[in-house]
Amino acid sequence: MKPIGVLALQGDFEAHQKALARAGADSVLVRTAAELQNVAGLVIPGGESTTMLKLLRLENLFEPLREFGQQRPIFGTCAGAILLASEVSSPQQESLGLVDMAIERNAYGRQLDSRVVRLAAEDGLTGKELEAVFIRAPIIRRVGETGRVLARYLGDPVLVDFGRHLVATFHPELTPDPTVHRMFVDRVAR
Amino acid sequence: MNYLDETFRVKVGLAEMLKGGVIMDVTNAEQAVIAEKAGACAVMALERVPSDIRKEGGVARMAPIRKIREIMEAVSIPVMAKARIGHFMEARILEALEVDYIDESEVLTPADEEHHIDKRQFKVPFVCGARNLGEALRRIAEGAAMIRTKGEAGSGNIVEAVRHIRTIVKEIKQLTVLGKEELVAEAKRLQAPLELVEWVAQNGKLPVPNFSAGGIATPADAALVMQLGAEAVFVGSGIFKSEDPEARARAIVKAATYYNDPVKLLEASEDLGMAMPGLDVSKMPESEMLQTRGW
Repeated sequence: MKPIGVLALQGDFEAHQKALARAGADSVLVRTAAELQNVAGLVIPGGESTTMLKLLRLENLFEPLREFGQQRPIFGTCAGAILLASEVSSPQQESLGLVDMAIERNAYGRQLDSRVVRLAAEDGLTGKELEAVFIRAPIIRRVGETGRVLARYLGDPVLVDFGRHLVATFHPELTPDPTVHRMFVDRVAR
Repeated sequence: MNYLDETFRVKVGLAEMLKGGVIMDVTNAEQAVIAEKAGACAVMALERVPSDIRKEGGVARMAPIRKIREIMEAVSIPVMAKARIGHFMEARILEALEVDYIDESEVLTPADEEHHIDKRQFKVPFVCGARNLGEALRRIAEGAAMIRTKGEAGSGNIVEAVRHIRTIVKEIKQLTVLGKEELVAEAKRLQAPLELVEWVAQNGKLPVPNFSAGGIATPADAALVMQLGAEAVFVGSGIFKSEDPEARARAIVKAATYYNDPVKLLEASEDLGMAMPGLDVSKMPESEMLQTRGW
C-alpha cells in the first residue's frame, strides 16, 4: 500500500510523522503535486494557515489538493482543519471547502490562552479520555450534517468525523497517545 | 523537573507550529502586513531593525507599546517582541500585553551583565540566542522554549549563523557517543545541568526547537542554515533593508519550505533586486559584536 503523506509546507509535520509511526503507519513528506500522487491519504499539520495557503497558491498545489481530497482521506489538525473548512472567519480567508463546517481562527485568544486539557470523548471513542493540546486554536462554530462530533471541549466540537475526512482543532501529534492517528490510519487502509 | 510539564509543553507547542517557517522583524503595522501577506509564520516587533541599531548606536530597548499593539491588531499570525537580556520587567510588560513569544535578545542593550531572565516564572514562552551547546542548554534550563543561533544580527553576513548552528549540531553529536561518567565531565565543561546534558546525549537533539537567526539575507542563506539543521529561520534586517522587501520576503518563505530542492531555490532566487548591504564580520572589533552579549 502507498504510504500516508504529511503536507510539509510549514508547521509541525515532523511531529505528525512520528505520531503516524506510533500508530503503525509509514509516512512521507509531501511538498509538490507530483508527491501527492504517491500517497494513500494526507495529513495537513498544525502551523500557520496563512503561510500554507500562500505556498499552496504560489506552488499551484491548491487545486491538486482539492482534487486529492475528493478521492482520498485527509486529516487536518488546527491549521489543517482551517484549510479543510468550507467557511473561515477571523479573518475571513480562502479554504479548500472539503468539509462542511464553519471555523473561527485563534478563537480562544493568543498564546497565553493555549492549554493542555483532558477530554471525555463521545461516540466512536467511548470510554477513552483524550489529552488535547490547544495552541492558538480555532473553534468550530458550525458542523454540517455530514459531520459526526467525536469530542467536545467547553461545548464546542474539537474532533469531527466527516466520513472520508477527519478534523481536530487540537494537536494529537503532540501527545504520546496514538488513538486519533490510528483512527485516521484505519480509514486510509479501508 | 519542569521541562516536560504542561506549561512547558504548551510553550514548546507554539515553537513546533513555527517550524519550516520564517519569522520576520517588523517595526510597524504596515511592515507586519507585508510580512504576513508574503507568508511569514510570525513577526517580531521591534523598535529598529538590527542594522539600524548597529548604525545609530545608543541604548536599544523593548519596542514602544503602541507600535507592538498596532502590529498585534494588524495581523492574525503570532507576534513576538524583544526584551533586553535580564530585563524581567520589560518581559512582564510584554506578557501583560499578551504577545505570543518573547525574545530575550542580544540585539537589544543588555540590562543585566550576569543574569538572564528566569523564564520559568512566566506563562508566555521565550526564545533565546545561543552560539554553542552550553549556552543553549543554560537558556533552556532557565526556561527558554525555543533556541535560535545568534549569528551576527544586522550584518547581512551568514558566516556567524553557520558557525553557531554547526557548533551546536557538532556538540550534540559528540554527546551521543559519551559514557555516563564522561557526560558528568561534559556538563561541567558546558556549564549546563547534567540532566539536560543526559537528555541531549540520549535523544541526539535539543529538547526544544532549534531555529537560526543573525545574518540571513537571501533565499540561499535560509536554505543553507536549514540544511545544517535549523528548523526555521528568523530574518531581521534582511527583508526590510533590501531593495524589494515583498519579493524577498516571499522568496525566503519559499526557500524555508523547499530548502532541499535546488530548482525551487533557483526560482526563489530570481528577480529579487539587491540584498541588504553586508558587513565583513572578521574585520569587526569585538566591542561592536552583538553575539558576545549573553552569559
